[in-house]
Amino acid sequence: MSSITPQEIRQEFARSGIGIAGIAILLALIVTSALAVITIPIETFREWNDPSSWLEYPKVAIPAWVNIFLSEKIPEHRILDSPIVTSETYGDITLTSNQFGLNFNYDDFPNDMIYEFSAQYTGSPLLQISVLRPDGKEIRLLSASLPYSESQTTHNERIFSTDKTIKKNLAMQGGEFAFALDGLSAEDVIFSQSQAHMPLKGDYIFLVNLYGVNSESDIPESTMIIGGKAFGVMGTDELRRDLAVGLLWGTPLALFIGLAVAIASVIMGLLYGIYAGYRGMRTDEVMMRFNDVIYALPALPFLIILSVTISNSIFLMIGFLMIFGWVGIAKVARSMALQIKTRGYVEAANMMGQKNSKVILKHILPQLLPYAFASIAISVPAAITTEAGLSFLGLGDPSFPTWGQILHDANVYGAAARGLWWWIVPPGMMIAVTGLAFVFIGNALDAIVNPKLKKG
Amino acid sequence: MALKRYVATRLVTMFGVLMITLLLTISLVGSNMDTILKQGVTFQVRTEITDNPAIAESFSSVEEFERYVQEQIEQRVRLLGLDEPWYSPQRLGLTMFKILTLDFGHATFLTSDLGSSDVKDIILEKLPRTILLFTTATIIISVIGIFLGALSGSKIGSAIDRVTSSFAIISSSFPVWWIGMLMIFVFAFIYQIFPARATPSIPPSDPAYIGALLYHMALPLITIVMIGFGAWAYLVRNFIVGIMQEDFILAKRTIGVRQGKIIYKHALKNAAPPIITILALSLSGSLGGAIITEAVFDWPGMGRLYFEAITVMDLPVIIGATYVLTVFFLASIFIADLLYGYFDPRVRTGS
Repeated sequence: MSSITPQEIRQEFARSGIGIAGIAILLALIVTSALAVITIPIETFREWNDPSSWLEYPKVAIPAWVNIFLSEKIPEHRILDSPIVTSETYGDITLTSNQFGLNFNYDDFPNDMIYEFSAQYTGSPLLQISVLRPDGKEIRLLSASLPYSESQTTHNERIFSTDKTIKKNLAMQGGEFAFALDGLSAEDVIFSQSQAHMPLKGDYIFLVNLYGVNSESDIPESTMIIGGKAFGVMGTDELRRDLAVGLLWGTPLALFIGLAVAIASVIMGLLYGIYAGYRGMRTDEVMMRFNDVIYALPALPFLIILSVTISNSIFLMIGFLMIFGWVGIAKVARSMALQIKTRGYVEAANMMGQKNSKVILKHILPQLLPYAFASIAISVPAAITTEAGLSFLGLGDPSFPTWGQILHDANVYGAAARGLWWWIVPPGMMIAVTGLAFVFIGNALDAIVNPKLKKG
Repeated sequence: MALKRYVATRLVTMFGVLMITLLLTISLVGSNMDTILKQGVTFQVRTEITDNPAIAESFSSVEEFERYVQEQIEQRVRLLGLDEPWYSPQRLGLTMFKILTLDFGHATFLTSDLGSSDVKDIILEKLPRTILLFTTATIIISVIGIFLGALSGSKIGSAIDRVTSSFAIISSSFPVWWIGMLMIFVFAFIYQIFPARATPSIPPSDPAYIGALLYHMALPLITIVMIGFGAWAYLVRNFIVGIMQEDFILAKRTIGVRQGKIIYKHALKNAAPPIITILALSLSGSLGGAIITEAVFDWPGMGRLYFEAITVMDLPVIIGATYVLTVFFLASIFIADLLYGYFDPRVRTGS
């Protein structure tokens, strides 16, 4: 135990390659956390486990960037929610029209189509939906009147492409196509070439017209969803959740769990160990026996029992992880304190009648700080993987979805055996990379604190 | 006699730890358990009555009948000792005594594959499977680890040392169970070489069962070994690096003893105490299996039993498994301590 000054540590650390790499990864993770907190509203994240808030999203969609590497482009899931709105009045009739532009350049048909809207009107306005295709053909999809209302009302509806009127309308326009439309779904017809049943590429315009007679009518919310099999940067899971949201929000959570557990465990362990070592004699004996008891408790089984019987709240979980985290550090801290207390200046301080607490805090603790920082860095990955493991077993806190919980859901829905790699690989990579950052930093610090391992 | 005193204190501590572990487990699951057991009794009485219409017909009024049912329930609750809370000294003492004599009682929900609900039967059925997978893996890991560690420890800074060390550092931050999921994805989905579930589909009585079990075992075994050996190699490497700087090795080198002989004969021999200690620890640790790894591969061993027992709150199984796991764990710490003392004379003489 030689004393090292903080400056020496900083210099040594700056020279170690993996230490710098660890810091770089950590900085990247912190930036990711900041991005998550700024860009994704916490409400979205809170609704992670609420299936009704993910209805607009596709089921098990592959990340959209996969298309770059494919010759046959997979149709991307598109949520069109900013139409061009125009409003005109012809005598008694007011026409509100929404136009959705869609560039369709894929080699397969979309899965489905949903038009979701809420309209404000009085009376019974007429809703017309049609599509203008790249080949110039205009196909009428729907023409229906909204439910009659005496007074101003708001009407919410979802129109699916499986709607009977749409099918009937398409069948009536069957002459436009050179093949039989029987048994084809609406989107298979709308997006098909007229000569052969193949996807027609190009710009489509979906037109939604609302005709009101003698009344003001408006469509304040209007969303056209073209269902596809690819979505976003990270794809979606079986429950239609955008995995990018879960992965991004998982970063600050994992850092918080890891650092909270590691810092608290190290502080507890250091104080406990130093006190035991410094007091010695019976105090030491009793404290170390208690340490042995905690050390011998089987950690994972106990963590499982605790989270099943008491609560799976993430804050309690952090507390439980601390219970098992401080033990090893206390042992090392004790043996270090035993050595330091025999040094001249500690004995001198004792003889001068300084208080125990002052001797510990002023003379012994500072000597152990380099070791403490190395221990914090090394304890973080263990805390993160243990929490991930508990979440993987389904014992996580449902109000704070972590990477482990994403993997739990992946396992429940058999993602590995179904080949849904985008559901398995990214969360695990994030766990591993976060762990790696701290392992790198810890190793670099450890090599400085224990120079023997580096040399030779 | 320092050694005897040392062994005695260790034994007493271990027994204390065992008792504390059991008490903690019982107190954590006890209250839930009482509710479940009482519900079970009520259910039992109700089914008996519906199965036997004659009982209900023999009563003239509904109140009389209800009173009879209530009496029946209370009688059985008393018979089972459930009228006193789980923390009453009588019940605690009885439970602890039963556990110490390895009488774990009958499982509430879980059964063994052969249909027995005796906790001892269940554990005896799961334990060999866990030993088969995890102990085999531990042995392979330690053999690879020791050789690789010795090799890289003797050539510090060489390519093999750098590869081993970085592999060890990187593999330590990957969760085994996640690698397991990836392995299933690659070798059961993309290349359909191994089955995705590790439980053989044929019954254990079939002569082909052993072969099927070994085939199903391959994927988890490869995964555990792959993630495990790096840490071992790194540990052994660091021991060897430490020893190679000792004076006696330098002396051997100066008198011209071959490098290979120095490493495998002298250095490894001196690194033996900690290595054997860790080997003992991980061998007995492997008996408990790994709860999460077994969950991923659906391996029917101790880990999965434990997890299933906790999810359905099957108290006798939880306590039985905790007891067995803790005993193994403590025994391994104890053996490791003794081995360390045996190999390292400084500990033996108590100095």
